Amino acid sequence: MSNNIYLKKGLDLPISGVAAQTTKKVIVPDVVAVKPTDFRGLVPKLLVREGDKVLAGTPVLADKMSQNVLFASPVSGTVAEVVRGEKRKLLEVRIKADEKQEYVDYGVRKVADMTAEQIKEAILAAGLWPAIQQRPYGIIANPEAKPKAIFVSAFSTAPLAANAEYALREDYEHIQTAVNALGKLTDGGVHMSFNSENYSGTPFHRLENVIQHTFTGKHPAGNVGVQIHHISPIQKGETVWTVSLLMLAAIGKLFNTGKYDVRRKIAVTGPKAENPAYVEGYPGIAMKDLKDFYSSAENLRFVSGDVLTGTNVGVEGFLGFADNQVTILEEGNKYELLGWAKPVRCSQFSTSRTYFSWLTPNKKYDMDTNLHGGPRAFVVNDVYSKVLPMDLYPVYLLKACLANDIDKMEKFGIYEVLEEDLALCEYVCPSKIYIQQIITDGIALMLKEMC
Amino acid sequence: MNGLRNFVDKIKPTFEKGGKLGFLHSTFDAFETFLFVPNTVTRRGAHVRDCVDLKRVMIMVVIALVPAMLFGIWNTGYQHSLAFGLDWGFWNIVLYGLVKVLPLYIVSYLVGLGIEFVSAQIQGHEVNEGYLVSGMLIPLIVPVDVPLWMLAIAVAFAVIIGKEVFGGTGMNIWNPALLTRAFLFFSYPSRMSGDTVWTGGVTRFMNEGVAYQAGNGLVDGFSGATPLADPTLTNLQPKLWDMVLGTIPGSVGETSVIAILIGAFILIWTGVASWKIMVSSVVGGLAIGYLGYAVGATDLPGYYQLVMGGFLFGTVFMATDPVTSAQTECGKWIYGFLVGALAVTVRLWNPGYPEGMMLAILLMNTFAPLIDHYVIEGSIKRRAKKVKIA
Repeated sequence: MSNNIYLKKGLDLPISGVAAQTTKKVIVPDVVAVKPTDFRGLVPKLLVREGDKVLAGTPVLADKMSQNVLFASPVSGTVAEVVRGEKRKLLEVRIKADEKQEYVDYGVRKVADMTAEQIKEAILAAGLWPAIQQRPYGIIANPEAKPKAIFVSAFSTAPLAANAEYALREDYEHIQTAVNALGKLTDGGVHMSFNSENYSGTPFHRLENVIQHTFTGKHPAGNVGVQIHHISPIQKGETVWTVSLLMLAAIGKLFNTGKYDVRRKIAVTGPKAENPAYVEGYPGIAMKDLKDFYSSAENLRFVSGDVLTGTNVGVEGFLGFADNQVTILEEGNKYELLGWAKPVRCSQFSTSRTYFSWLTPNKKYDMDTNLHGGPRAFVVNDVYSKVLPMDLYPVYLLKACLANDIDKMEKFGIYEVLEEDLALCEYVCPSKIYIQQIITDGIALMLKEMC
Repeated sequence: MNGLRNFVDKIKPTFEKGGKLGFLHSTFDAFETFLFVPNTVTRRGAHVRDCVDLKRVMIMVVIALVPAMLFGIWNTGYQHSLAFGLDWGFWNIVLYGLVKVLPLYIVSYLVGLGIEFVSAQIQGHEVNEGYLVSGMLIPLIVPVDVPLWMLAIAVAFAVIIGKEVFGGTGMNIWNPALLTRAFLFFSYPSRMSGDTVWTGGVTRFMNEGVAYQAGNGLVDGFSGATPLADPTLTNLQPKLWDMVLGTIPGSVGETSVIAILIGAFILIWTGVASWKIMVSSVVGGLAIGYLGYAVGATDLPGYYQLVMGGFLFGTVFMATDPVTSAQTECGKWIYGFLVGALAVTVRLWNPGYPEGMMLAILLMNTFAPLIDHYVIEGSIKRRAKKVKIA
């Protein structure tokens, strides 16, 4: 590829527990949950009551702000419980699954004959619209808007992420359908980014109606935000949409089969996952359904998603809507005698040359969740940009967020980043600052002030 | 190991809020985290974290300073022995050096860390590691004969006014160690300059006629002057090798080029300090040094400026302080160059101050945010232009 984009900065986290490319089992769901907390700033409206029968694809929630955005049940069954938190905030709608899955029939549709409006309506009605994310801010796309373009990353560089070629190899046709459909919703086209090292190895490079880009680099080169930054940076007032391959497959299935079918291959990974491999399941499945991968849940953390950006759901928790990875790792709630003062700390990884991990570049580490220090102010200033392949000044952006200074946040690029893009900055931070939380708060402020 | 942990766990409640010694909470916490990496886990965001923390970063700077400190201790004794014609052996020299330098360290850490602990307790913070480095630096950049009470006041000033009022480590504008020196320099100029303050024991001998071991008094021909007192080629050419080795009078840790370069190597290798600042500061010093040589302000070739006085020590250990230096990569080049250039400019064209490094760094500390501001503005404008074209 002539216009390959090389990203020098970044870091592939050497964490152990990559999933073997076999599907260990097909999970027969017991209780699954639809979680409004998977979506930023969503104020949900409940559409079902406890005891209601639902099919796979029956809407159970709507967005209070734009009520045509629906959230569907991934399985057929009975609404078992509506879980609320503080101030009656809706946390989960738990659905007890039937043994046999039945689907709402939305009808097989031919995308080529549909208008943009019809496509939108079809996706909205089936509850798949939340699959489309808008940037800036990483919120559910506004169905009224027309985005500058739509971006898809065809590879993931996140730690232990599911392998797209393995997890989605049966969904090529569906993804093509979805690309054709979404292409009608924008004038800017569907941009798809590939890993240059695996370009010919992936079937997806044969997809039609996409504008191709290739990237070479370590994580976060596979993050769609980083890719957009290099393809066509988001300016003030612009919106773009992003969709994952996984969600494209679901959208494609809707048109090709008429079903809300969000079944997926889920990579169960992490240092504490026994014989990590893939399972077939649904979004919202319980972590308990993965008990083949651990013997005792004591002192384990269950992360829906990858270890840098995922959500700590706990053993009682459920897989997120857009996730196809679970990471199981140990809670690092142990003291370490003179840890920082030891000349070498073989069992732990550091990007810093003050340790000696650089001598063993191929070693994988059984990482745990210890913070490895106490929170401090920003002191060291050159570590962050080494893992952020974007033309931004991360520390300045973060300080602008801390100061609630909207003008500066705009200037330093709040429109271009989401938490995931700065996750590695948080990982390497010697001051142990919760960088992703600062960005979350910054985006929340922008949403409050600008909308 | 477990015994120690059990002991710490046992006494911990006493120091917690509401405990008998709750007012020592921060102090206890500081010692506990010094011994043990705490058991805190990540709450949100990235679930795993790099095992490097500020303690590790800071300790690297301390280690990098060790060669300069050890040489400083030896050189203190050696200069004393030389001044009084004592012909001491190695151990005698080191013993004298320890007697003179150790109290400086004790005062520096006692006063500085004391204030840090108290202010951490008041603000409810954890004690920050920053002073580990400042406390290590301060004794190395003062004349060995500085009275301890002066040092104590200067350290208190630097830590309280220079750092804590801004919010502690990471928030300060000026390098605290240099602020200590600046305070001493402007408050007690007679103890910080001249020819007699740089050699251990000479001040006291001049005032009271006694010294640790005076022998027959000062040797004939004792000058005690640092190279900066009379920077001419005729004077310094024979001393060039001494200046590189560091066997000359001067502030405790600044004299040996070799010891400082060992430190520089450690800092650059571990990536703790910016090599860009070091390189550009040297380039700036050389540029103005040779300019002065060319226009006749001095008859010393530019490279002499690097080995005299505190230039190299300041470049390696003080200008590179990540908090007070420029933060942007491009800004670092500008900042470093100006530090070096200004230091030599002061030396060559300001007769009032024979040494310019301290003032150059403090001044550039002040202007570092401005440099960063323009670097970032420029970068944002360039990007906007690029986007418009594309």
